[in-house]
Amino acid sequence: MTDPAEMSCRELVELVNEYLEGELDPDERARFESHLHECEGCLNYLNQMRQTIELVGRLTEESVPAPAIDELMSAFRTWKAN
Amino acid sequence: MGPKGGSEVRPYGRIGNTRMPDHPDAAESGAATEEELLAALRRGDEDAFAALVEKHNAMLMRMAMIYVRDRSVAEDVVQETWIGFLESLTRFEGRASIKTWIFRILINSAKKRLRRDRRSIPFSSLGTEDLDPSEPMVDPERFLGPAHSRWPHHWRSTPPNWGDMPESRLVSGETIGIVRRAIESLAPAQREVITLRDVEGWTSDEVCNVLGISDTNQRVLLHRARSKVRRELEKYLDDEKIA
Repeated sequence: MTDPAEMSCRELVELVNEYLEGELDPDERARFESHLHECEGCLNYLNQMRQTIELVGRLTEESVPAPAIDELMSAFRTWKAN
Repeated sequence: MGPKGGSEVRPYGRIGNTRMPDHPDAAESGAATEEELLAALRRGDEDAFAALVEKHNAMLMRMAMIYVRDRSVAEDVVQETWIGFLESLTRFEGRASIKTWIFRILINSAKKRLRRDRRSIPFSSLGTEDLDPSEPMVDPERFLGPAHSRWPHHWRSTPPNWGDMPESRLVSGETIGIVRRAIESLAPAQREVITLRDVEGWTSDEVCNVLGISDTNQRVLLHRARSKVRRELEKYLDDEKIA
């Protein structure tokens, strides 16, 4: 990890989101991936970010109170009548 | 390059059957469908309206609660949103998708409500948040110093593999609760972006468009938000000595 062309762990974590978003340029992406192949810590970190994103997506499974459909339907009928 | 892009360096742990948020336009792809829906609504088709409400109500509630914390106030905002939607139905030209159009009405309803009711978060704090680009995503203490002889800037201790824990634990209701609370504690601008992107599954273009922010800004807000949620998960999961 002493070669300046190589990415450090500290540098990698700052680029994780751009990597996941597909926004890294090809050179950076190659440096990112070559680091990843040799660093378990960074691979775990990347996967933690992916798992975080998936878990956030699960919030849609929680039930949310919402305005009653009956009231909205009567608003729709009123609108239609006008 | 999709919003969930990135390469397949390794398979991703054992989160298995977790689903990604639906692709935002999967269910409403093709202008014909949207046009048909609009025509049905304008004809006064009650089933079409009921289906639209069913489809977006929960999303609108989740978004309303970013602006107004109180659930019953959020319900009012969503109710007003639907009424505003009906009022604007005749003049909608279909340049935006129905979804983003409803969402814009929601933002306006929420702003109106906030002007009336100052107990909620100040709207001025939304989007004008200070983004310090030098603030690191991970605590610098987690890394070895620059002068380390062999591993400068390397992890001091390796982050654990969450794939090693039982899936039932990683995706438990309790874990989801941690995620929800972590998002609720974010600064509003970050909360808007992570909710639209990762909860609702919108594309970055849709998010920039509807929130009026630049792509760079969107990306930084998203990165901060995701990093903070990850950190809260780490605190919770590592606390339980999973490894």
